[in-house]
Amino acid sequence: MMKLIKTIAALLLVVPAVSFAADTHVHLDRAPVDPEDRASLQRGARTFVNYCLNCHSANYMRYNRLADIGLTDQQIRDNLVFTGGKVGDLMKVAMDALEAKEWFGTAPPDLTVIARSRSSHAGSGPDWLYTYLRTFYRDNTRPTGWNNVIYPNVAMPHALWQLQGEQVLKETQEPGPGYTRTVQKLSLAKPGAMSPQAYDELVADLVNYMAYMAEPARHHRVTIGLYALLVIFILIALSYALKKAYWKDVH
Amino acid sequence: MAATEKKLPVTGAGPFNGILTWVEQRFPLITLWKEHAAEYYAPKNFNFWYYFGSLAMFVLVIQIVTGIFLVMHYKPDASQAFASVEYIMRDVPWGWLVRYMHSTGASAFFVVVYLHMFRGLLYGSYRSPRELVWIFGMVIYLSLMAEAFFGYLLPWGQMSYWGAQVIVNLFDALPIIGPDLALWIRGDYVVSDATLNRFFSFHVIAIPLVLVALVAAHIMALHEVGSNNPDGVEIKKNLGPDGHPVDGIPFHPYYSVKDTFGVMVFLAVFAVIMFFMPEFGGYFLEYNNFIPADPLKTPSHIAPVWYFTPYYSILRATTDNFMVVLAAIVTLWSVGVVTARAHRPIRILAMIVGALLVVLGFVYVERLIFVGVFVAAALASAAAMLVSRGATARAYRTLFIAAVLLAGFKLLDAKVWGVVLMGLATLIFFLLPWLDRSPVKSIRYKGPLFKTAVALFVIVFLVLGYYGTQPVTAAGTFISQLCTLLYFAFFLLMPWYSTIDKTKPEPARVTW
Repeated sequence: MMKLIKTIAALLLVVPAVSFAADTHVHLDRAPVDPEDRASLQRGARTFVNYCLNCHSANYMRYNRLADIGLTDQQIRDNLVFTGGKVGDLMKVAMDALEAKEWFGTAPPDLTVIARSRSSHAGSGPDWLYTYLRTFYRDNTRPTGWNNVIYPNVAMPHALWQLQGEQVLKETQEPGPGYTRTVQKLSLAKPGAMSPQAYDELVADLVNYMAYMAEPARHHRVTIGLYALLVIFILIALSYALKKAYWKDVH
Repeated sequence: MAATEKKLPVTGAGPFNGILTWVEQRFPLITLWKEHAAEYYAPKNFNFWYYFGSLAMFVLVIQIVTGIFLVMHYKPDASQAFASVEYIMRDVPWGWLVRYMHSTGASAFFVVVYLHMFRGLLYGSYRSPRELVWIFGMVIYLSLMAEAFFGYLLPWGQMSYWGAQVIVNLFDALPIIGPDLALWIRGDYVVSDATLNRFFSFHVIAIPLVLVALVAAHIMALHEVGSNNPDGVEIKKNLGPDGHPVDGIPFHPYYSVKDTFGVMVFLAVFAVIMFFMPEFGGYFLEYNNFIPADPLKTPSHIAPVWYFTPYYSILRATTDNFMVVLAAIVTLWSVGVVTARAHRPIRILAMIVGALLVVLGFVYVERLIFVGVFVAAALASAAAMLVSRGATARAYRTLFIAAVLLAGFKLLDAKVWGVVLMGLATLIFFLLPWLDRSPVKSIRYKGPLFKTAVALFVIVFLVLGYYGTQPVTAAGTFISQLCTLLYFAFFLLMPWYSTIDKTKPEPARVTW
């Protein structure tokens, strides 16, 4: 058992002991996402629909928009639409918001644009999600039995725990630059159905998908942007030549 | 008067001569074209800074055109607004492009307008006879701030909501009328659907109409007096045999082609931001605004969009401690004015003692007693002012103003004065034409004092802007307070330092 315990995340949160409330430094892991990797996006979509879409909605996203990531309507209908709806439907969820509030203390937020809203100067939204989904740990003081390192006292239980297993948090005091700091380390106490590496890959795919879902036009935007710039640079050259020609006689 | 008697036939338009003559006899189309383009003579020495006026017009067009298309799909309804923006971003063909053009355009508008205003500051473009050009421009700037503020609520995200809540609550701080005024603006006790509807109305029709009319007035006033230039000398003083300024060139085609080039370069920058970084690191589209507005969840950190943050910093810098500093400054000023004829050591002593007494009184004396004393002092000075003349009357007037201010500083909360200072910080630009007493217009011929002041002002403006985006810290507040004082000093001391500055002689003609 002890052999299986493996530290998967180190130095996630450094709390200077002197100013407990003020200076919490959060380190976010970089999400290894690739918006061009369609296979990854498709795997992420499957994980999203299977695990997230039971409680969380994605109210602004239509199923058939997944054509963007290479899926046909038939594939979407067969593999992703579980509610018996149409492929043109929005990714709504059956859970009643009021009941959800009673169960979790807060209604699960809509996830369509969560990858954009979670951006900060500490890192991108995907970085935050990638770190968040990998830093749940057992905490019996919480009503759900779960807590999270970068989202303390989160209302959501660990939805992927069967895959990841159960982590525990160990806090140690270490001498910092001029003060002692609390270093939090997570270790796997009970392994899940997946190896830690496979789990990280699953989360990376999921986050990749969520980043796509937050702005489906992104791919299009960058491509068009390059063409637009090309045209603009030609126009700059032409208008400069025109200006030069007209201004020849200004002395 | 028969139409045919009125105007000469149009020439030079080839096959269009006939139709244009017909139009011209009924509407001054060619006259307007000549007056404002083909025969509007602009100085030939415009430099880089002179692109931003036409760019501001260009961005205005972008905002209006994209706005028209956004309104076709946007729903000004608290329960649908956020979703309708995402609908535009996803389901409306090219909706994302139009939306990003509009959101990037909002910030671009302020970038070009700030640079345009800075140009005016550099070359004294506000000086006589261009005071009204400057004033119309300032009203445009204020309208633009209103336009941006109303528009920012529409996406109905958390920052939209709480930003509007914070700004409307500022009015709440005003004495007596405040709460009713805030209620009247919101149309509800909190920012709500009613607020969204009226802000939508202001954003899409009321303010744009005002803006377009003001831009027309700005340009008409400009073309009446003629453009300034980087040398700050009047080109109309040197007319050629044809009656046109020797150093002037017709706006069309010279500046129309030059500004076209400027627009293209601007478009390149605009496209890079819009296509590759539309959020611009959270400054153009704030991250929190991707969370739908929730009246029950106040975000831990509410920051206005970057273009408002210098003023927001001034608002937050106005704390109780800062009021003590202001009271001391008002005392130093008034005692200094009143004792202007006394010996220097006595004068300085009087200023210091006066300031010390006022500071001690401000901190330790009961509010009502302090206010009572200074209201009495104000009444006494007012009475004395009315029965005296000349320098004595002016001294009493100074005392009256100081006493009223000091009573007010103590009577009303620092928050109220924060709102007042924030308002003054935007309005004080109006006074520039009369604050600048330098014999020369352009910074090229101004002295080291003015140059230093302008450089400091730019730094102060940027520092205030930076701290306005940050959460409150003790150091940040202190620096903001220092910058607030410097901000106002730049304007209020300008009559003094622009007069005593060592200027260089202006050239007779533009340098080219």
